[in-house]
Amino acid sequence: MPEMTYRDALNLALKEEMRRDPSVVTWGEDVALYEGSFKVTRGLLAEFGEERVKDTPISENTIVGVAIGAAMGGLRPVAELMTVNFALLAMDQLVNHMAKISSMFGGQVHLPMVVRTPGGGGSQLAAQHSQSLETYFMHCPGIRVAVPATPADAKGLLKSAIRDNNPVVFLEHELLYNSKGEVPEDPEFLVPLGRAEVKRPGSDVTIVAYSRMTVLALQAAAELEKEQISCEVVDLRTLSPLDDATFIASVQKTGRAVVVEECWRTAGLGAEIAFRIHAGCFDTLRAPVQRVSGLDVPMPYSRKLERLCIPQVETIAAAVRELLSKKY
Amino acid sequence: MESTLRAILPDAALLKMYEQMVLSREFEEACAEQYTKGHITGFLHLYSGQEAVAVGATTALHRDDYILSAYREHAQAIIRGAEPRRVMAELFGKATGICKGKGGSMHLFDPALSFMGGYAIVGGQLPIAAGVAFAAKFRREERIAACFFGDGAVNQGTFHEALNWARLWELPVLYVCENNFYGIGTEVHRASALADIHKRTCGYDIPSARVDGMDVLAVFEQVKWAAEWVREQSRPYLVEAMTYRFRGHSMADPGKYRSAAEVELWKARDPIPNFARRLLAEGIASEAELAAILEKARATVAEAVKYAEESPWPEDDEVWKDIYV
Repeated sequence: MPEMTYRDALNLALKEEMRRDPSVVTWGEDVALYEGSFKVTRGLLAEFGEERVKDTPISENTIVGVAIGAAMGGLRPVAELMTVNFALLAMDQLVNHMAKISSMFGGQVHLPMVVRTPGGGGSQLAAQHSQSLETYFMHCPGIRVAVPATPADAKGLLKSAIRDNNPVVFLEHELLYNSKGEVPEDPEFLVPLGRAEVKRPGSDVTIVAYSRMTVLALQAAAELEKEQISCEVVDLRTLSPLDDATFIASVQKTGRAVVVEECWRTAGLGAEIAFRIHAGCFDTLRAPVQRVSGLDVPMPYSRKLERLCIPQVETIAAAVRELLSKKY
Repeated sequence: MESTLRAILPDAALLKMYEQMVLSREFEEACAEQYTKGHITGFLHLYSGQEAVAVGATTALHRDDYILSAYREHAQAIIRGAEPRRVMAELFGKATGICKGKGGSMHLFDPALSFMGGYAIVGGQLPIAAGVAFAAKFRREERIAACFFGDGAVNQGTFHEALNWARLWELPVLYVCENNFYGIGTEVHRASALADIHKRTCGYDIPSARVDGMDVLAVFEQVKWAAEWVREQSRPYLVEAMTYRFRGHSMADPGKYRSAAEVELWKARDPIPNFARRLLAEGIASEAELAAILEKARATVAEAVKYAEESPWPEDDEVWKDIYV
């Protein structure tokens, strides 16, 4: 299997699906001539032409709205929002329209569309460019939400999202674009939506994570192994549908869980997952579920302060140690 | 009389337009009655007074042209061909409704009729219409998208984003603004810096026209011309139809912000009796024929109400269906 970056894996997924299906089209701000502000759409204009790969005005709500109409009209649009922060300008089309259309029209139409958007913090981009808004989308019925952590999952999940007949919000992490990993070459390699994966087996504690937090959780698990602490790392991979079965089975085995979320703690997705673990594992839990979360503050610019606001390998490891040290 | 009707359309087509306007009016007035009885609940925005716009415009479009509308869309759906009884059942929230009772008054939809929905967020349908127009163009289809919206929608960002985009991408979309002078209770000049809505398209290099929305044939001729221009040029166009709703914004609105004199002035311009007078004057229909049309419409609407009343409620498990496939 060749090794490639998360960015190139996404790019390959787009190319493979556009080659396979002529109804797949893509547009967004700077995706064509400029080849994407994060270069995920590199080479697409050259290969597929300007009818299928289109630059748009800076009009996020309409980027999504036009994709909705195009999906209704028989295409499979993949719309890019330059960052998830700008998705807030598109929330009307995302939440009031895209998420509702199938249901409110009695199932007479479905929207086979993907909205790709990078997000997350850690690049000192300050409060308006560092947000982790995954909970917003996960909260809304009618939207599938994908959050790949590895290049292989990035490719397999994006291909599944494009082939899926439901609207999918596909959340990429800006700090993962350069991360490398092995990626299957098979153009039929798909990672199903709604299936979590045990990325590392272990016996003492389950760490439930997603996107970049999975990568940090795996590093924390490697550190803790030196202290004879065995961590099982469950990567959610998609947030909607949420694969309860995989993380519940893991926590039933280990008896302990730490949920790691990059988003704000208050009403964050970690609360939902912790609740589901409590409900599904009450009889086997040996300790209350712990959460490691982003701080409930607008992201500061200063490197030192920013680091405090985002879960780090050491904060995850500390949470695991604390959980294991307490007697219940 | 300005021009003979027969020079515009054959008798059968003229009578069909009259029938559709009458059916629309009867349907809406029956809705008001059913709302008062509590059979229709939620928001109910009626179209009475604006019939000439939907009928004139829809007649001018091709059968497979897309239509998108807002939340005052019963007439657009029925005139396009939706069965009145299934629309009424939708308003009753019954399983036999056009959207299985899940959409209600504001969300009628029928892809078999290329009727792509009623949308209840002001201006929300404008970008979606651009999207279906893009799909039609991409697939080398001949059809265009016609998008209806009110005067309130032109102050939403979607109006500006969608018009800019439609011109930039050269999309075959016909925007039809139904200017009934009020966004809920706020008169158009109190909400729009430029109340002449058709003039607002110059910023996007989109041609436009204003038409008397109380005259069904004027709307027909204007939209016919505009729709064929859109089809041939593959470019957007905007028609502003000046019209008036005889009732409040919704059934919850008594409309006290309008003077009785103003309402009476517009009711004197009611598109239905005015068109009837022209049909009679030109000998296209007799009094008896027009009365028969009214009777037929009333029977259709009565049957629709009966069907809706007798239809079953949706099963409980429907609540989980149709969200995903």
